[in-house]
Amino acid sequence: MAKKTYIQAITDALDIVLEDDPKTLVFGEDVGKNGGVFRTTQGLQDKYGEDRVFDTPLAESGIIGLATGLGLTGWRPIPEIQFMGFSFEAVDQIVGQLARMRFRFDGEKTAPVVIRTPYGGGTHTAEMHADNLENYFTGTPGLRVVMPSNPYDAKGLLISAVENNDPVLFMENLKLYRSMKDDIPDTKYTVPLDKANVVREGTDITVVAYGAEVNEALKVADKLAEKNVSVEVVDLRTVSPIDTDTIFKSIEKTHKVVIVQEAQKMAGVGATVASAISENAIMSLDAPIGRVAAPDSVYPFALGEDIWIPGADEIEEKINEILGY
Amino acid sequence: MAQKPIVDFGAIKNGLDEVKKPVQVLDENSKVIDKEIFDSFSDDELLNFMEKMVWERALHDQTMNFSRQGRMGFYAPTSGEEASEMGTVLAMENNDYLLPAYRDVPQLIQHGATVTEAYLWSRGHVVGNKFKARSMMPQIIIGAAYVETAGVAMGLKKNNEDAIAFTYTGDGGTSQGDSYEGMNFAGAFQLPALFIVQNNGFAISTPRNKQTAAKTLAQKAVAAGIPSIQVDGMDVLACYAVAKAAREYILAGNGPVMIETLTYRYGAHSSAGDDPKRYRTKEDEEVWIKKDPLVRLRKVLEDKGLWSEEKEDQMVEDYKASFKDAIKEADAVPADKVSDMLQRTFEIPTPEVKKQIEIFRAKESK
Repeated sequence: MAKKTYIQAITDALDIVLEDDPKTLVFGEDVGKNGGVFRTTQGLQDKYGEDRVFDTPLAESGIIGLATGLGLTGWRPIPEIQFMGFSFEAVDQIVGQLARMRFRFDGEKTAPVVIRTPYGGGTHTAEMHADNLENYFTGTPGLRVVMPSNPYDAKGLLISAVENNDPVLFMENLKLYRSMKDDIPDTKYTVPLDKANVVREGTDITVVAYGAEVNEALKVADKLAEKNVSVEVVDLRTVSPIDTDTIFKSIEKTHKVVIVQEAQKMAGVGATVASAISENAIMSLDAPIGRVAAPDSVYPFALGEDIWIPGADEIEEKINEILGY
Repeated sequence: MAQKPIVDFGAIKNGLDEVKKPVQVLDENSKVIDKEIFDSFSDDELLNFMEKMVWERALHDQTMNFSRQGRMGFYAPTSGEEASEMGTVLAMENNDYLLPAYRDVPQLIQHGATVTEAYLWSRGHVVGNKFKARSMMPQIIIGAAYVETAGVAMGLKKNNEDAIAFTYTGDGGTSQGDSYEGMNFAGAFQLPALFIVQNNGFAISTPRNKQTAAKTLAQKAVAAGIPSIQVDGMDVLACYAVAKAAREYILAGNGPVMIETLTYRYGAHSSAGDDPKRYRTKEDEEVWIKKDPLVRLRKVLEDKGLWSEEKEDQMVEDYKASFKDAIKEADAVPADKVSDMLQRTFEIPTPEVKKQIEIFRAKESK
């Protein structure tokens, strides 16, 4: 056990999968000598050599095409897209090619690729560095989308993602990279790719969140506990698939739900969760479904982030609204 | 007063426009242009080239017949491109990896897929993709195969295999950013990949000169540090000789190569029925029909006493009979099921997919 940041947890996981499976490869822009722009791959090239951990030319479609082709020839690639906003350059390779490989060949040819990429607001980056883009990718059959909210899950989910044979988009939250530390085992462990986690048990209302918003929800749960309001917080951990059973079980107990996301409100994970509840568990509720999401504007420039990204205040306000219904 | 420019960009441009003559072994009158290459082929090899081209022409004719009868799905006509397609693919070995585009179905069959599988691919049935050949399915997204080729080639290299990746695109395909990315990655990592551009003059209706100001498409490899060459794509001997030489060069660890074949499709872009008369004239077509790859080699073989009309007619009959058997086999393949489509989406179905599989299985068993 050691206290580790989200970044260190990811480096740990990469170290373990590189050690365990000689077919794993880590590559992308600046991941080699530089150890990644966030030092996530620090030391890995020295330890495993340039054949296993290497820099690529600056071209995202090329990087994912490289990964897909390597997957088809027996390798287990873990490419990095330096910032998730750059993934749009590779949408055909991710959505049109990689995610369809198993389906196309009925499993006879597959590409077990894990794409790691940082996203998430609040660190005042340049444009197209912070957007929450999961909503574009969760509509992709054949692709799993993972969004850990803490260092412990980040390590366990990344190891699971690499060991799983389907393509995975592994989204790493920029703001959490260095802002929190967990006690995590030094050894290998896994976290399942289809199970949400009840990170705080409660009885009055359920908050469903993922990524950095889980921590905002936990802050609110702490605050409201002082007022004798018991908030249950469900961390989705994976947004494709979404573990709806855990959500349904929670709202059977609390009868109220607020769904929180950092992404814009339109057409996304929160809408999918709300729709699943409406379709399958509406009778568990005694109040409307509450939603907290970013406004439906284009993602703001750096100076606009603080007034735009929903956080603890918006979550608390929405909880109070639903509780008072 | 006219000043001398600091940099003479005009001269630089003119330098770019100086291009070498495409490699040719036989000219359109069947005259031997390159005796050294010509003499390197045995009679059996020459016969094999001819038979493969006759096969491809027959495949095209019969498949277009099936298409007119409503028995095919999407299919791209190949008539006119036999030398380019067969000449290059015959340079492949079994363990080489093919990444074809949609007009490259004949190469996929040569590389090991059955005609039945090709027909099922055209119709849109998963069994059409379950060929044993070391190949991707014919790629629909132009450019995608080029970036994937870099990955496949890197995989082959890392596996220490005596194999290279072959990929095809057309003249329009060279305009895709992915085409450059794929070649550039292959160049940067010195990967065993052969990029083949079949320049048939038109991307659906858009002529080659509207795709780029580059004088040749072969030049597009130069910026990626890749040696490239233009070949007479109506001359099967030139196509084969150059592809074979490229494969040997690549296999020796020298990095990738790009070949531009200058060819022509006599038919429409696809079986969906666009009309080439909208974008090219009969005169244009006649220029190319005179270069026909089958006519060119047929004359050489006839002069050698190795070929006859009767022999060819019989061959075409036999091939067409085999294609009729193949489509019957395709007809007999059971329809796909939604539950199976769901099943093959993930290795381990997600909880929601699992539920949907159960729902569809229940419906399908009724």
